[in-house]
Amino acid sequence: MTEQTTQQMSVPNTPMHAAVPRKSSFNLDNRYIAPAFITCILIAGHLSFGILESYQKTLIAIVTSIALELTLGRIFFHKWLHPASAYISGISVGILVRSPAFWPYILCSAISIMSKYVLRVKGRHIWNPSNFGISVMLLLAADTVASLSIQWGNYLWPMFVIWALGSVTIARLHRFHITATYVASFLAFAFMRSWMTGNPWQSEIAPITGPMYQLFIFFMITDPKTTVRTKRAQCIVVFLVAVLEMVLRLRQVVYAPFYALFIVGPAAMLIEIWRDTRRENSAEAVPS
Amino acid sequence: MSGGRIARIVLAIVFLCLLVTPLVIKRIAARRQPNHSDDARTALARYGFYLREVSRSVGINFVHQAPQLDPKLDRIMPEVASMGASVSIVDFDRDGWPDIYVTNSAIGSKNALYRNQHDGTFKGVADEMGIADVNRAGNGVSTGAVWGDYDNDGYEDLFLMKWGRPELYHNDHGHGFTRVTEQAHLPAWINANTAVWFDYDGDGLLDLFVGGYYSEDIDLWHLVTTRIMPDSFEYAKNGGRKYLFHNLGNGKFEEVSEKLGINSRRWALAAAAADLRGSGHPDLFVANDYGVSELYFNDGKRFREVGQPTRIGFAPKSGMNAAFGDILNQGKFAIYVSNISEDGVLIQGNNLWMPKEGTAGDTIQYENLARDFGVELGGWSFGAQFGDLNNDGTLDLYLTNGYISLDRNRSYWYDFSKVAGGNSTIIGDAKNWPDFNGRSLSGYQNKRVWLNDGAGKFIDVALGVGVTDTSDGRSVALADLWNRGVLDVVVANQKGPLLLYKNTVAPQNDWIEFQLEGTASNRSAIGAEVILYWNGQKQIQEVSGGSGFAAQNDRRLHFGLGKNPHIQKAVIRWPSGKVQNIEQPAVNQLLTIKEPS
Repeated sequence: MTEQTTQQMSVPNTPMHAAVPRKSSFNLDNRYIAPAFITCILIAGHLSFGILESYQKTLIAIVTSIALELTLGRIFFHKWLHPASAYISGISVGILVRSPAFWPYILCSAISIMSKYVLRVKGRHIWNPSNFGISVMLLLAADTVASLSIQWGNYLWPMFVIWALGSVTIARLHRFHITATYVASFLAFAFMRSWMTGNPWQSEIAPITGPMYQLFIFFMITDPKTTVRTKRAQCIVVFLVAVLEMVLRLRQVVYAPFYALFIVGPAAMLIEIWRDTRRENSAEAVPS
Repeated sequence: MSGGRIARIVLAIVFLCLLVTPLVIKRIAARRQPNHSDDARTALARYGFYLREVSRSVGINFVHQAPQLDPKLDRIMPEVASMGASVSIVDFDRDGWPDIYVTNSAIGSKNALYRNQHDGTFKGVADEMGIADVNRAGNGVSTGAVWGDYDNDGYEDLFLMKWGRPELYHNDHGHGFTRVTEQAHLPAWINANTAVWFDYDGDGLLDLFVGGYYSEDIDLWHLVTTRIMPDSFEYAKNGGRKYLFHNLGNGKFEEVSEKLGINSRRWALAAAAADLRGSGHPDLFVANDYGVSELYFNDGKRFREVGQPTRIGFAPKSGMNAAFGDILNQGKFAIYVSNISEDGVLIQGNNLWMPKEGTAGDTIQYENLARDFGVELGGWSFGAQFGDLNNDGTLDLYLTNGYISLDRNRSYWYDFSKVAGGNSTIIGDAKNWPDFNGRSLSGYQNKRVWLNDGAGKFIDVALGVGVTDTSDGRSVALADLWNRGVLDVVVANQKGPLLLYKNTVAPQNDWIEFQLEGTASNRSAIGAEVILYWNGQKQIQEVSGGSGFAAQNDRRLHFGLGKNPHIQKAVIRWPSGKVQNIEQPAVNQLLTIKEPS
């Protein structure tokens, strides 16, 4: 999920293209908005549905993430990084990974955080950490891990609460256009799939009415660290995520959104990095 | 090379190692399981027993037929018509040999009662006994049967649960059955999948719990609406109501569930009763589909639901089984609940609820140790029963599974997960579900025969001991069918054959069995407990009025004892409260014991 408020901390060399930590009119540092929101979701989910059957699993995912982030930040950047980003990764793993065992939570958190330090191009990590970790676990540990995230019940009111709070949060971070583009694309493709397959349209839009998707669209696809810079490009990329998801869904891939982002996200990043490099090289080539 | 570069290389290596960790774990786990069928001699040497499927050769040729419900459900008919196969063991004619009753679920299909012929074979007698032709249009179809002597005349009577009109049949001294549903004041319609005989108030008369699945106002053959599905995959509360029929002693029953504190509309699939706290009263455990399980403590007069205080009521899953077993020989019951696990889609894991160390009585708490004990992953699990299959002195666990086996190469899981995660207005209406279109859903699964090592670990030996079927298993019942001192296994499969696995056990292990008959207690002795003390250990077992999934084991209690056992004593706690000691009983015998006056 999102590491959107801390990019300048964990990857100091990354261009500052979004979400500079600043205080808002509510006097809340933007770095704390997403963690606060996702913590509220977790607490509300637990109080209403008791989703923290094993709070130890969520806790261990968070602790693993933060510990690893602090350690690796110290080793590679020689400073103590702000833990907000790792906290979100950990809590995302805690919510989205469903496994009766403990080790997947530790492993998924570790893979998520380490991917930021290992899978880098030109000083930037190209995968959303928790998207990478969860996708890897779903692919390689399918016998132990799932992410059929229906632990919030299937009722309307939690969905409305998350939609409302998520919209406010994401608008405040100036990334609502990404979510809106994706939702519009998903709905259009859902109706197209219904027309193509003959399935009831309700069954095609069903996934986006579930809580797992709400977390996906508000946080994972909007992560500033792993999205391209311009608004237009962001909308195009997220539209392409929806396109690939559509293709995967027609192939009956259960975790289509995760895998679509897993493929399209880094591809977009690589293209942007390549264009940046080419531009820089051109600039250097021009005599001053 | 700079320190930073070395650190990056080390980090990359560690990262790669982490990526391959799941594959390594999977490989190690796979190595521990036998993946081929051993011959009988090898299995006997390795595991101490061998199971051979013998149904046809002993005269059983039964194939379950699923119901065909309202055409409005056609697109998902395999899913909604996916239950109904059941098996229960009863000695209906009191000849000392267990008989087998199985249900059928198509309109016009017949249930079967297989009488034990004492010569290794069975003979179908349901027609002549009057309990075959029970699935008629307008009255619904059978989904299970439990046996209990509700009038204490010495003969086990039959309660037939249905998606439809429930039926009570009085056993006329083993010569036939008389339908007494109206006299008993049973309701006109229940869509039930579970029922349990137990004497909740200790008055010596068997009472009856019935758990509804679909709401009782739904006639699945004549739907008014397609909004019949659960309104949530994990928190559904729009299922059938629960019934507690208090036995008034004159052939009549009074429905008292709400009055006594049982008021739930969760989707019940399995229930079982046992005295979990040593209170002298049987508590009631209900495993629910689409939600949490429920545990009702019983003080003899009222029930209170204690799912959350006891810790079993937090994690919503798809409960499909309830069985009790003292798996560590500590004199305490563990509770086994089966759920769904499908690689890459849904890993609920089955639950093995063990009493938490240091808790007991009213403050007892449970913890799920299924993973630690190795009995967590069993596919789309259904019926399971505890029993000592190799007579080594510890209870093993037989689990059947497999939901819908149609086209092997096409799965419905994608569509299932798509809708199950959606909003209640979508999931709750059958017309919103994509067409099944001949696809499988967790079909063709290998069964689990988990062998207990007595030290906290179970290992699956199903293939090794000869359990190779991949039918869509529903109901499992254990019984010493031929009075040989070993537990045989009977499995009812949905749209599949009734399977009878005859057990061969290594001869060095001894055993003892108890057949109990109540006098002050209900005559079936349901609820009676035997605590056997031998070789410095003890094991508790209880006579059950229904357990597993839509199943009932033989009422006789079977204890494996291992090699060279010395039994100190057997303590019998009768439902009436009486406690009876039997000192140093001999091994390898069936003890018939009547409750002392």
